[in-house]
Amino acid sequence: MDALLHQVLSGLATGGIYASIALALVMIYQATHHVNFAQGELAMFSTYIAWTQIDAGFPYWVAFVLTLLFSFVMGVLIERIVVRPIENAPVLSIVIVFIGLLVILNSVAGWIYGYTIKSFPSPFPENARLFGSYMSPHEIGMIAVTLAVLLLVFLFFRFTPLGLAMRAAAQNPVSSRLVGIRVGWMLALGWGLAGSIGAVAGMMAAPIVYLDPNMMSGVLLYGFAAALVGGIDNPWGAALGGFIVGVLENLAGAYVVGTEIKLTVALVIIVGVLLVRPSGLFGRTLVTRV
Amino acid sequence: MSAMNARAVALAAFGALLCALPFLLSSYHVFQLTMVVVYAIVLLGLNILTGFNGQISLGHGAFFAIGAYITAVLLDKTGIPYWATVPLAGGVCLVVGFLFGLPALRLEGLYLALATFALAVATPQLLKYRRLEHWTGGVQGITFAKPDPPPFLPLDSDQWLYFFCLIVAVPLFVVGWNLLRARTGRALVAIRDQPTAAAAMGIDTAFYKSAAFGVSAMYTGIAGALGAIITQFVAPDSFPIFLSISFIVGIVVGGIASISGAVFGAIFIEFVPNVANAISDAAPWAIYGVFLIGCMYVMPNGAAGLVRTLLERARAWRPERRKLLSPTGEPR
Repeated sequence: MDALLHQVLSGLATGGIYASIALALVMIYQATHHVNFAQGELAMFSTYIAWTQIDAGFPYWVAFVLTLLFSFVMGVLIERIVVRPIENAPVLSIVIVFIGLLVILNSVAGWIYGYTIKSFPSPFPENARLFGSYMSPHEIGMIAVTLAVLLLVFLFFRFTPLGLAMRAAAQNPVSSRLVGIRVGWMLALGWGLAGSIGAVAGMMAAPIVYLDPNMMSGVLLYGFAAALVGGIDNPWGAALGGFIVGVLENLAGAYVVGTEIKLTVALVIIVGVLLVRPSGLFGRTLVTRV
Repeated sequence: MSAMNARAVALAAFGALLCALPFLLSSYHVFQLTMVVVYAIVLLGLNILTGFNGQISLGHGAFFAIGAYITAVLLDKTGIPYWATVPLAGGVCLVVGFLFGLPALRLEGLYLALATFALAVATPQLLKYRRLEHWTGGVQGITFAKPDPPPFLPLDSDQWLYFFCLIVAVPLFVVGWNLLRARTGRALVAIRDQPTAAAAMGIDTAFYKSAAFGVSAMYTGIAGALGAIITQFVAPDSFPIFLSISFIVGIVVGGIASISGAVFGAIFIEFVPNVANAISDAAPWAIYGVFLIGCMYVMPNGAAGLVRTLLERARAWRPERRKLLSPTGEPR
């Protein structure tokens, strides 16, 4: 029983990372109906930026905030420079541009920082043990940070004029433009926010998976799965999907098949869920008029 | 010269070039060219599914791997001649693809992309799996001998493998061409563009979608078998997720829903990584990514789309066409 509880709780902790990436994916998907395949690599790049600052002697939380700002600007710039010129291209062409972005970021990070694995500090105390020995402080911290991000995103979209404008631009771009919302900039802001949320996920993941240019490939896949399981048009569903995927992955690894093919098993379960509920657990079923 | 004749001449010239190339190039370049032929088969198969039928697959590397492993295991465990493994690999992949297509009917767009992506992720892991090691050779994979050219042909083995792949590829392209330009192809396109209307017209949507999956997997499996024969080696790590992504890149860069696009795409995925490597040793994939994004900017409809546009423009400027214009300048 103890072991089971341990697995579930540590699954929740990694689930937090998936939830953040899923949230970042949903942020862009809601506004533009594109899945940003480069989201994981953006987060990885942000984490390297944070590492550079910490390495240069900045205190952790200063580096944290600066990295969020940097990632926001990077997201906005990518939307403006790379994505904007092709917004009317066929969907698959846009997917290919994202894949291009993915390999560029990955390769540039490897080129600048090398492919050797680096350790990344956790901001939470090392030895304190809360809840007996079920979770390490970093795991608890990770969950707390994820929930905090979720809360902030909720407050932003629910209670600020800018959040309202962004929701309007995503739901009905034409009418929003008519009432004076600059829809193009709202999309860019969405990219910026997604960049920052991804950066949080990267910095939380790095102490566990270590820092290297390929650290996010698995995480992105799980985040994608989480977003789809939860429903890609629903941020809360996506975040919950993240926790579900994290727990499933851990339980599958611990009890069903061992760590060798746990990725496979987790994905099979996810696809199984989708076969029963094709628009995700909490997604809206789209009804289209023919 | 009519458009029909022009096309026949172009095809004949292309065929002559394909036959002449292996005698003009070094054996390494012949090997690369053979890979282009193999990739072209995959891309044609993937185009049937993704381009013509609108089902996005990020997992065709899995079918490629299945085809390759069937050939490798058969050559390793039985005395079957290498050429006989190719149709077997195609047949198995046809069935596997059709069966995978059945549950995939419930999934659309991104969800299907995820399911197929899961397939691609799972494949190398399953091939490494301990319980299958007796067959698959585990992480080490399987190595086998290079097939010899038939004694009555004055070819070395690289040239023979090239022609062997070409002999397999040409009928596959002819079949694909006929399939896509006839009733079946129109049904596939109708399902992609207007699923409800297609069903209302009496098209068995479920059957056509699963069949598209099956045929597409068959092409990919055949290509996988050929790929194994020309490299004489299979291992789980020869089929990373990136292979599946390359295939999607290939059809989009070559041109979605275009048969000639398969050839352009195959050239891209075989040669551009090398070119990128030659430009920058330090960050070759960054160069590759820049090429990729650049391609999408310059030709959002792929190379085949660009060629089509250029040809249309050239035709619009031909003198005999201009004579047909009525005095007001409007075409009749």
